[in-house]
Amino acid sequence: MNVKNEMKLEFLSRSQNEAFARVAVAAFAAQLDPTLEEIADIKTAVSEAVTNAIIHGYDNPNETVQIITRIYDNYVEIEVIDQGRGIEDIDLARQPLYTSKPELERSGMGFTVMETFMDELEVSSAPGQGTKVRMVKNISNDTQETERD
Amino acid sequence: MQMDCKRKGDILIVSMNGELDHHHAEKIRDSLDKQLEDNSIRYLILDLKNLHFMDSSGIGVFIGRYKTITKRGGRVCITNINPQLDRILEVSGLRRILKEYDTVKHAVDSIRGVSK
Repeated sequence: MNVKNEMKLEFLSRSQNEAFARVAVAAFAAQLDPTLEEIADIKTAVSEAVTNAIIHGYDNPNETVQIITRIYDNYVEIEVIDQGRGIEDIDLARQPLYTSKPELERSGMGFTVMETFMDELEVSSAPGQGTKVRMVKNISNDTQETERD
Repeated sequence: MQMDCKRKGDILIVSMNGELDHHHAEKIRDSLDKQLEDNSIRYLILDLKNLHFMDSSGIGVFIGRYKTITKRGGRVCITNINPQLDRILEVSGLRRILKEYDTVKHAVDSIRGVSK
């Protein structure tokens, strides 16, 4: 399927950029005329992926997090990429309630939230080589519905 | 992200305003813990009417406070849940451990009903 539109975003790995990232992606995805619920799902999933990049990918706030968002006919594809320390055991990291940082009172629900809120989730990573999280959200785009953003 | 706290006897009522993500989680956690240093607080009501966004960082904050309060034999309630928070509360399992009420008044009435 052909890409209808694409945007790339780069920002420093600082926690104050989490809100910016999720709002920017949601605003871009709004071109597909998603429902309020679909927009909320996208914002939450992006927030989780960006938080992971900032907390787990990097040790310092001066690294770069990249987001690529592509719009297709009836879905949006979002990639959140860091060049940080990478994930040793992806299956373990994706387990509900698993966290490598319990001292920060992390819930360990980040990947579970991404998986539940989005239609596809792929994680590519290797130690020392960064992490790429690819997510897809199908947008129903049914003009009969009245609850539109 | 802002938080307003109000005391009613052994109940602490906290109204949360804004978006609870990783960036705000630490500040909110520290403010809540400061309030909860007062051991006479047994019940915590988190009013979510004006909390417009929460991700799993918020889940961590809620579960941590839940542990503190239940150790005291108390209870954590959530009130005024808006549609934006519906799914995250469901997915996280928080709905199974926190008592949910439509309004702060209902939560207070229920606590008063059981504590007397």
